[in-house]
Amino acid sequence: MEQKKETDKQAEKVIEIKGLRKSFGNFHVLKGIDLDVYKRENLVVLGKSGTGKSVLIKIIVGLLTPDSGDVKVLGQHVDQITYKELLALRLKVGFSFQNSALYDSMTVRENLEFPLIRNQKNLTKGEVNLAVEEMLDAVGLLNTINQMPSELSGGQRKRIGIARTLILRPEIVLYDEPTAGLDPITCLDINNLINEVQTRFHTSSIVITHDLTCAKSVGNRVAMLLDGQFQRVGTFEEVFNTNDERVKPFYDYNFIQ
Amino acid sequence: MEKKTESQETLNDEVKTPGKLSRMFITLYDVFQFIGRFFKEGFLPPYEVKELFRQCYEIGYRSALLISTTGFITGIVFTKQSRPSLSEFGATSWLPSLVGIALLRTLAPLLTGLIAAGKVGSSIGAELGSMRVTEQIDAMEVSATNPFKFLVSTRVLAATITIPILTFYTAMVGMCGALLNVSLSENTSAKAFFQSSLEQITFLDFTASTIKAILFGFTIGVVGCYQGYNSSKGTEGVGKAANSAVVIAMFLIFIEEVVSVQFFSLFRT
Repeated sequence: MEQKKETDKQAEKVIEIKGLRKSFGNFHVLKGIDLDVYKRENLVVLGKSGTGKSVLIKIIVGLLTPDSGDVKVLGQHVDQITYKELLALRLKVGFSFQNSALYDSMTVRENLEFPLIRNQKNLTKGEVNLAVEEMLDAVGLLNTINQMPSELSGGQRKRIGIARTLILRPEIVLYDEPTAGLDPITCLDINNLINEVQTRFHTSSIVITHDLTCAKSVGNRVAMLLDGQFQRVGTFEEVFNTNDERVKPFYDYNFIQ
Repeated sequence: MEKKTESQETLNDEVKTPGKLSRMFITLYDVFQFIGRFFKEGFLPPYEVKELFRQCYEIGYRSALLISTTGFITGIVFTKQSRPSLSEFGATSWLPSLVGIALLRTLAPLLTGLIAAGKVGSSIGAELGSMRVTEQIDAMEVSATNPFKFLVSTRVLAATITIPILTFYTAMVGMCGALLNVSLSENTSAKAFFQSSLEQITFLDFTASTIKAILFGFTIGVVGCYQGYNSSKGTEGVGKAANSAVVIAMFLIFIEEVVSVQFFSLFRT
């Protein structure tokens, strides 16, 4: 019974990281981290700037290769598969960039069409239009369909970035600082959107942030990355119920100051 | 196992600190890999036809006014400056042939190449550079699209196709400038002018010009794309990419011109 329970839990893992290390020159960013992400959970990775949070998700999606360690995404070892297999895996792993990374020479419609028409060639023009409109509607920005990214606000750009990520219907979404540089009200909107994405599209997510409001609002679990390793992993309360001097300032800054 | 990403390469390059000579060889190796990747991926499906046409339009149509003006003025000035020397020998009737040969063999390809290196090379370098630093290229990669095919292959191919067309257009406009100058100074009809200038032009001249223009176009495309695609260090990197794209492309065009003149002169004897 105990063994079956363990097997079920194993089967639910969508990301498994073991002993991951990454350095840039003499700067050791990740010092052998272990992390599991389970199906349909939002895992928030917290940490100071420059602690390797973004490096972690870039390794997961194959934009960077680890120095050592094992990264398994949806059962595939990311650093051991061919480029073709990596492309196929990326269809299932969405990535929302910190600065949205919208293609600024294209309209919002073209931004969303871009990954769709290149990866689902059997779709008709009508089906593509429908998918784009449906996704823009989901993020509440259907009215911006013919606008250029330069005409959008920061919050709108984030939403469009998320819509572009979701249009391929990924199983996992990696959010890199989704609320960075946004006003508190727009942050709340983005947090709600992340939760809505999880419920509506049944995704598993890693949310990189140093915004504790975001962490509390969207995270089923929180992992605190400090000195190149995960120091605390658990629910929001579990992580911050501590006297650890490296963790406390985070909480104090966000909720007291 | 196949190589995965460019951003990773860029980061790794940053952390190594090899000497100048080693760095030069590393860059050369990178450039050859880049060119190899273009030939490997550029001609295989899926084809980005729409983007290719868009780039041809950007490179060709948008450079046409600048090239027309430069070509026309060059035609006028070259004719005006050549007349005194020829008239000393009573050979002003050779003027159309001289202008025709000079324009087709050297002036048109070189002028077009240099102008395109400035206008097109810098624009490609800056555009791809800014896409790199704003993570737009990474965004294409993570959405399971090959950014190299969409961004690099189309631009290199478009420059390689468009520069030869622009070269012959420059030669034609330059001839019109020369005709204007000749018509104002002498009683030569347009028909006689063109007949006289074209009769000295051989098939070899035409072929050599075409090959040179293709080479120049390819150089501009590859240098611009390489610099932009591999740029780093934020906005400073974008400026550097645009600048390097122009300087390196112009330098290479001059070298290619010298080498090709030597090479094609072997066939003229």
